[in-house]
Amino acid sequence: MELLDKLTILTDAAKYDAACTSSGLDRNGRPGGLGSTMAAGCCHTFSADGRCVTLLKVLMTNRCIYDCQYCVNRRSNDVPRTAFTPQELAELTIGFYRRNYIEGLFLSSAVWGSPDHTTERMIEALRLLREEHHFWGYIHAKAIPGADPLLTRRLGELADRLSVNIELPSEQSLRRLAPDKSKASILAPMAQIRDSIQVSRQELAKYRHAPRFAPAGQSTQMIIGATPEDDRHILLLTQGLYDQYGLKRVFFSAYMPVSDSRLLPARQGFKPPLLREHRLYQADWLLRYYHFRAEELLDEAHPNFNPLVDPKCSWALNHPDFFPVDINRADYEALLRVPGVGVRSARRILTARRCGPLNFEGLKRLGVVLKRAQYFITCSGAFLEGLRVSPDGVLRHLVAQERPLLAQGAPQQLSLFEAGA
Amino acid sequence: MPNWTPVSYTYDGSFAGFLTCVFEAYLHREEPACFFAPEDSQVSLWPERPVVTHQAHAQRVYRSLSLRISPDAQALLRCGFLTCLEDRELHLWHFLRLGYAVGGRVMGMLTDSRVDAVRRAVLHLEHEAHQYKGFLRFSDQEGVLIAEIDPKNRVLPLLRPHFCTRFSAERFLIYDRTHREALFYQPRQWAILPLEDVQLSAPDETERRFRALWRRFYQTIAIEDRYNPKCRMTHMPKRYWSAMTEFRADTPPNTLP
Repeated sequence: MELLDKLTILTDAAKYDAACTSSGLDRNGRPGGLGSTMAAGCCHTFSADGRCVTLLKVLMTNRCIYDCQYCVNRRSNDVPRTAFTPQELAELTIGFYRRNYIEGLFLSSAVWGSPDHTTERMIEALRLLREEHHFWGYIHAKAIPGADPLLTRRLGELADRLSVNIELPSEQSLRRLAPDKSKASILAPMAQIRDSIQVSRQELAKYRHAPRFAPAGQSTQMIIGATPEDDRHILLLTQGLYDQYGLKRVFFSAYMPVSDSRLLPARQGFKPPLLREHRLYQADWLLRYYHFRAEELLDEAHPNFNPLVDPKCSWALNHPDFFPVDINRADYEALLRVPGVGVRSARRILTARRCGPLNFEGLKRLGVVLKRAQYFITCSGAFLEGLRVSPDGVLRHLVAQERPLLAQGAPQQLSLFEAGA
Repeated sequence: MPNWTPVSYTYDGSFAGFLTCVFEAYLHREEPACFFAPEDSQVSLWPERPVVTHQAHAQRVYRSLSLRISPDAQALLRCGFLTCLEDRELHLWHFLRLGYAVGGRVMGMLTDSRVDAVRRAVLHLEHEAHQYKGFLRFSDQEGVLIAEIDPKNRVLPLLRPHFCTRFSAERFLIYDRTHREALFYQPRQWAILPLEDVQLSAPDETERRFRALWRRFYQTIAIEDRYNPKCRMTHMPKRYWSAMTEFRADTPPNTLP
């Protein structure tokens, strides 16, 4: 088969994987080698669906022994099957990388033969890149549940980031839709990766040349909307993963109707839950950067996010006793809770107020979104002049601001540069 | 400024030239009302002072920036000079005056309009440079990698460390069409030099093949059900598209001379 056709098939099979980040690791190029990485990551292009493309995201093969109902590559699905040879994949990566098309490789795979065999082929491709081509760009590899721990270990020494997909948010759903996988078999490699990363960090502190294991950490992803779990369940699970497995990111992927299975939502008229995915990402940001806890955002009585306002506004509206926050006195954590104040603008407020008291005019210069923040802040004890606040009015105004975004139907992906807002 | 005569400065457009202007302004107790580089041909209402670049004076001003203001302010000013901010010299001058008056504290005065103008312009520059790190596309021409860009700011000095360490074993050229200058690199050697034009020859077989593969990858990776052109445009404004491989079609080889 032509390389072009292989690339088409194996890209098409990999596109539902949400993660495409190249962040978490700063590594300079090495003399004579090719490539470097940046801690902030780098988007090389954006596809027509508005998602960032930073890595060459392909599968090693789409031949699979499993029959997971939600997956395009399930063995019962009638699609063309193929596989890259390690040489083809290495040459493709180098050719793209030299032309600055990509930041590195994201290698995933369907399970061909056995988890061990699949992992061995992935290792061979990565070994070629690292050792023969002296490639030092970013490599994200999927660990295959069920593979020998020694093989996973080798994979982690070659890759920068490892991930194991948790696939679905609960064990019942997993049992129903992915009968070949179990919670235990997914969590085992995650724990192994966590421990190996920790050991590697300790060794690096002692010996500079100790082998580095997945230096950019591990991540995971789950499918949203194919199964009946509520937002609260998903967010608590996410928080648990961050706390217990030290993950860098948890990705959510709105379920795309790729199957006619009776266990899944019907294909006809199914709208992928993009807004829900967006709200979950917003909440995920709150967990990671804004010192929120999942229990604060959702409770038993409100197990799902309000589609009309973002989770931070929603929290603020439900906690009127916390506000107003005085910009000139509040500490960093309190500033972060104000809608319209992001990580960047909160830091700028701390810097700027050392030089003198801030007023509303100055806040605009610092990048605070006053349209949102005005209802929740005072400057030296005073609200914005001319502002009348009634609890109903605030909600109405905040909803009105979101409407243009909601009208599009498909909300925007969170980006690095808007993360602060 | 109290009692400083407003004067318009004409200089050679270089950073050292600008620093010499600063030196002269303090020497003669003059307030620069505008700065003219040789390519500007405006007539000014104020008396003119042509300034000849003086390396030693420029060095003195440059050193004083980190000593009397702060190293961060020095870096901000150096970047500020690369931006496309209108009347950037004047903005930098106001920033500098304030800096000399209050010292290192100036970097924290984020709500001051003089500081804000420079900081915003530098953010724009840095953001554009970051985008070009991703959106720039090389073509392999007989072993040399060549890219063309049309930035608003002069991003080459910011792109240099990134591309030089990333492609340390390659030879490459990045041509800035807006400012007519180019970054040349071969192992262990780089230079940013003015360059009038770059003539690209027709792509060879391998180059064509990789372009076609990349275009196919780009078309395949998008999920149709999530089509969202507005989101794509927000993150990747259309002005970058014209130079990007995925949006260009190669002419078939048989139509070429």
